[in-house]
Amino acid sequence: MAPILKRLTLLGALLALSACKFEVLSPSGDVAAQQRDLLVISTLLMLIIIIPVMALTVWFAWRYRSANRQATYAPDWDHSTKLELVIWAIPLLIIVCLGALTWVGTHLLDPYRPLDRISATQPARDEQPLRVQVVALDWKWLFIYPEEGVATVNQFAAPVDRPIEFTLTSSSVMNAFYIPAMAGMIYAMPGMQTTLHGVFNESGEYQGLASHYSGAGFSGMRFKAEALDDAGFDAWIAEAKESGETLDRARYLELEAPSENVAPMIFAEVEPRLFQRAVNMCVEEGKMCMSEMMAIDDQGGMGLSGAVNVAALTYDKYERRGTARPILGLEPFRVVGICTADELEQMFAFADATSNYTPRDVSPLRGRGLSEPQGIFRGITPTDLTQSTPQTGVDRNL
Amino acid sequence: MSQVHTTAPGDFWETEPHHHEDGASTSVGFWIYLMSDCLMFAVLFACFGVLGGSYAAGPGPQDLFDLNLIALNTAFLLISSITFGFAMLRMMLNDQRGTLIWLFITLLFGLAFLAVEIYEFHHLIHVGAGPQRSAFLSSFFALVGTHGLHVAFGSIWLVTLMVQVSQRGLIPANRRRLMCLSMFWHFLDVIWIGVFTFVYLLGMI
Amino acid sequence: MAIPSDIETTFLFGRLNLHAIPADPIVWVTFVFVAIGGAGLLWLLTKYKWWGYLWTEWFTSVDHKKIGIMYIVLALIMFVRGFADAIMMRLQQVLAFNGSEGYLNAHHYDQIFTAHGVIMIFFVAMPFVTGLMNYIVPLQIGARDVSFPFLNNFSFWMTVGGASLTMVSLFIGEFAQTGWLAFPPLSGIGYSPYVGVDYYIWGLQVAGVGTTLSGINLLVTIIKMRAPGMTMMRMPVFTWTALCTNILIVASFPVLTATLVLLTLDRYLGTNFFTNDLGGNPMMYINLIWIWGHPEVYILILPLFGVFSEITATFTGKRLFGYTSMVYATVCITVLSYLVWLHHFFTMGSGASVNSFFGITTMIISIPTGAKIFNWLFTMYRGRIRFELPMMWTVAFMLTFVLGGMTGVLLAVPPADFVVHNSLFLVAHFHNVIIGGVLFGCFAAVNYWWPKAFGFKLDPFWGKVSFWFWVVGFWVAFMPLYLLGLMGVTRRVRVFDDPSLQIWFIIAAIGAVMIAIGIAAMFLQFYVSIRNREKLRDDSGDPWEGRTLEWATSSPPPDYNFAFTPVSHGLDTWWDMKRFGQTRPRATYIPIHMPKSTGTGVIISALCTICGFALIWYIWWLAILSFVGVVAVAIAHTFNYDRDFHIPADVVKTTEDERDRVLATLPAAQPAIQGV
Repeated sequence: MAPILKRLTLLGALLALSACKFEVLSPSGDVAAQQRDLLVISTLLMLIIIIPVMALTVWFAWRYRSANRQATYAPDWDHSTKLELVIWAIPLLIIVCLGALTWVGTHLLDPYRPLDRISATQPARDEQPLRVQVVALDWKWLFIYPEEGVATVNQFAAPVDRPIEFTLTSSSVMNAFYIPAMAGMIYAMPGMQTTLHGVFNESGEYQGLASHYSGAGFSGMRFKAEALDDAGFDAWIAEAKESGETLDRARYLELEAPSENVAPMIFAEVEPRLFQRAVNMCVEEGKMCMSEMMAIDDQGGMGLSGAVNVAALTYDKYERRGTARPILGLEPFRVVGICTADELEQMFAFADATSNYTPRDVSPLRGRGLSEPQGIFRGITPTDLTQSTPQTGVDRNL
Repeated sequence: MSQVHTTAPGDFWETEPHHHEDGASTSVGFWIYLMSDCLMFAVLFACFGVLGGSYAAGPGPQDLFDLNLIALNTAFLLISSITFGFAMLRMMLNDQRGTLIWLFITLLFGLAFLAVEIYEFHHLIHVGAGPQRSAFLSSFFALVGTHGLHVAFGSIWLVTLMVQVSQRGLIPANRRRLMCLSMFWHFLDVIWIGVFTFVYLLGMI
Repeated sequence: MAIPSDIETTFLFGRLNLHAIPADPIVWVTFVFVAIGGAGLLWLLTKYKWWGYLWTEWFTSVDHKKIGIMYIVLALIMFVRGFADAIMMRLQQVLAFNGSEGYLNAHHYDQIFTAHGVIMIFFVAMPFVTGLMNYIVPLQIGARDVSFPFLNNFSFWMTVGGASLTMVSLFIGEFAQTGWLAFPPLSGIGYSPYVGVDYYIWGLQVAGVGTTLSGINLLVTIIKMRAPGMTMMRMPVFTWTALCTNILIVASFPVLTATLVLLTLDRYLGTNFFTNDLGGNPMMYINLIWIWGHPEVYILILPLFGVFSEITATFTGKRLFGYTSMVYATVCITVLSYLVWLHHFFTMGSGASVNSFFGITTMIISIPTGAKIFNWLFTMYRGRIRFELPMMWTVAFMLTFVLGGMTGVLLAVPPADFVVHNSLFLVAHFHNVIIGGVLFGCFAAVNYWWPKAFGFKLDPFWGKVSFWFWVVGFWVAFMPLYLLGLMGVTRRVRVFDDPSLQIWFIIAAIGAVMIAIGIAAMFLQFYVSIRNREKLRDDSGDPWEGRTLEWATSSPPPDYNFAFTPVSHGLDTWWDMKRFGQTRPRATYIPIHMPKSTGTGVIISALCTICGFALIWYIWWLAILSFVGVVAVAIAHTFNYDRDFHIPADVVKTTEDERDRVLATLPAAQPAIQGV
């Protein structure tokens, strides 16, 4: 008996030990905390109805068992307007509440929306967020810090209490980027760009992972996310800058080839616009960028001559994923770009400028699409959540 | 609400022999099949709607389509629908020979439609605008090709039915089958009108 | 196994060569067992000369009852395969800690979770549900068969064909390593160059044809073949849910077919629907597949809602509470199921307004579902509940399903979904509703209608053993997954680096073992019941004091179901018949018009399956030949005008007189009918 008991206590201890691992329920980032709050509130709202239903099920099952001849038996009773009204109305009311919560919550916690607070007690300061560009490669994560000019693989660091703006894409297949302690996940998709805003409120080391199955090496596609204080982050960047390696387009193409369980890497220098080229799928020389292609398509295509403006996609054909020849189709080919390097540079710079940081939304409790309240509520702005008065001439982005 | 009777509301068994109308289920069933087929075309139309502007810096509809040819093709298919209608009218009059003649004319128009379509596809592929070139061309070939495949199978069915009608005459089973094929044929016509409008006419604007 | 990156094809065998045999000892051992078992089965069938019997009485039968039973047998066989996959996954996730890679490599593990999903949905849940509808619906509406009996047989064999292709992939080649919905670009030719995804595509296409046709068939049956007097609002609830399910099938499976065709074109011809480059859009596939996928969820669950309604009314000895609202709730769910698909990918970044629209529509579905739960609850209220096995499963369902419903609504709140999407929380949620709803419902249905199909009840002891192991096993297996999801653990992960998670996977594996015992007990229950069938025999045809028309005929019912067509005067027609003592018609018997058996369905589906196999392996001559064969056999079939026959009146008389004789030996009293 004793060994079993001992084992049970051990088991209990183990369970208790792992209880502090509920990263989703006790995150260290404000966004994830708000998402957690929604999770909890919705659960509680639904328990209002779930618990009575479960209790009634058990109670009715017991009370009206056939052995209990004391219980009333009404074999032809099959309708009650009042009851019907109640059983449709109560779920309806709960869903109305939950729906309102969902609408507001979804707009406030839209991953595309810049943060207006750093934590529940701390409004956002008037500073640019840390910009990080993320590329999901097979099977590792590439992080580019465009302003700092460094890049890392499977390693991520950010200062505490500074909003982070991620822009994400993927080089080959769909993936999802997730740091549970910081904020919810978002897909990273080839040829497309998504955005995620998040923040860390406590320094520490957290897990980051790929949360959408992407092929054989998927399990090993994880990284350590470090939240450092400002000095620590500066030191980290300085250290990265001394590591010596440069990430240019050629190196990126090497990196892109599939590999599993990749150890962290650091690059002291990154070729400018590498991320834009990754999003536009034109890291290779001579391949037409998506933005160029879309601009041409908007003009109605390139005519019959465009049909033959193609070249064989020969590079590394049998090693890299994604370039097999369909049995009845043509050899894989690419469209040849017609823009000069300068034109491309202009195009990317323009795209960069338009996606510049916009002033914070000063109405955090309303969706972006809703207008400012009128009447008696007018002018009562929740100042504790609003820090920066927009500069004159800048739209308030309501 | 309770429909609880206290006395028997009537007999619970139908003891007289009664006859279900033969084939009533078939036309309902065939209608439902057509609607499910329609959904398949809906998906293809939706794809064309999404991808129809993605030329991948290749040729667009204005570089590729020859509206005169398509107008001719459309006329073939619409006329074949009319001639099928005539065949059904002859069938109502119990005129086996007339039915067969009109069915044969329908078949000719159907085959003419297919021939023009095959020519068009061949031409496109020849100039380098095959289904692989861009998403626009992929969705175009899929949509128009699926319709063409339907017409081809409709033609095989038509031939089969012509043989069966000439073997056994206009017996109820054959009438039912002709009715189904006629619905199928008109259905393809309706789909083609959608293709003609959304793919060709809108593409040429 | 290394996937050949460059495909060498020969004329005779396409890309099929010796490399196609998986270099994996686990597969070999399985193959040896399957080969021995299969050979043994063939030997038995030959020794006892059962081939002719099976061919004429079962395989070529167009009788909806036999086809229904065959569907369920198929579902049970595939269930064993699907569950073997589940156990292997559980074991891998227990072992793969502390630097261990576990015992499955990525290529094998990724196939297993894909196959598990595909098999459980397409070849377990779907055939089970279709089988139930096939067996019960014509009986409940007082019909002699479905509208298109030949088509019914053909649909069944197409489902078998799809299942066979999936099973063959285990030993020849590989299955897809993409997840059960095969999202491109991963499922494109570039990232999945070998046969796995092709097996997936052709398996589903062949089975999908069967499903669509069977949907049309049952839909027309319900619309056209109802007994006189049975208006729409007098149909039993199971028939209502079957109607809605078949509407969903007909209105959603074509989308799956079309989407898979486009994926096929991408893979074979190099078109650009779902490719990254040249204007393709992989996200369109995800939208399209979920436009089919979400209604599919309701295709699975709705008929079981019907089953629970029938069972609750029967075993409480009470009219179903709120029949009308039950029907409207079912119709609401049917319509709403088309407006929620985007909740499967909130994290795509569609924008807040789109996300909240689909989140809220999803929540709205929970209102009619909640109303249904209340209706069952108030059917139990003031009833006299007999806790036979079907009712036990129903109560277990009610307690389990509400939890799954709750976590489902949680996942419908987009910001909450951002933190648990693609996690084990999600996995726990859909197993919670599919096991707690669909499977529990199927088991309830088997226990409930088994006596109707075979004339004897199922053994209650082993049934209860199975019940308790299943229900407890389910909770033990999936509650840890909810918790793991809240720790940020993603689904489909093969190797873990955080040792503190292991304990939860061990608990889940224990749960899976309990479920395995539950499954074993269920098969034992079947075996014991068949052995003790004389003791468990029910001659009345109505062992549970049923309320609907299927209980009005003998067990098993005669080929023609009813000697005379029943007439309905309200809900619960059989209950009314018993109440007014009109259980047996008295009149002169007349010949009964019935469809003839035919082997065409078997032949065409076999040819379709061969065609699918040939296309998977690029064996073009065989593909063309079998396809031409399909067309030729189909055309030849239409030249056969002699498709029905009459059961002579004296045969009917003999059968019915025998039934009268048996009924006369039974005690007359029907104790449950009180107050008349």
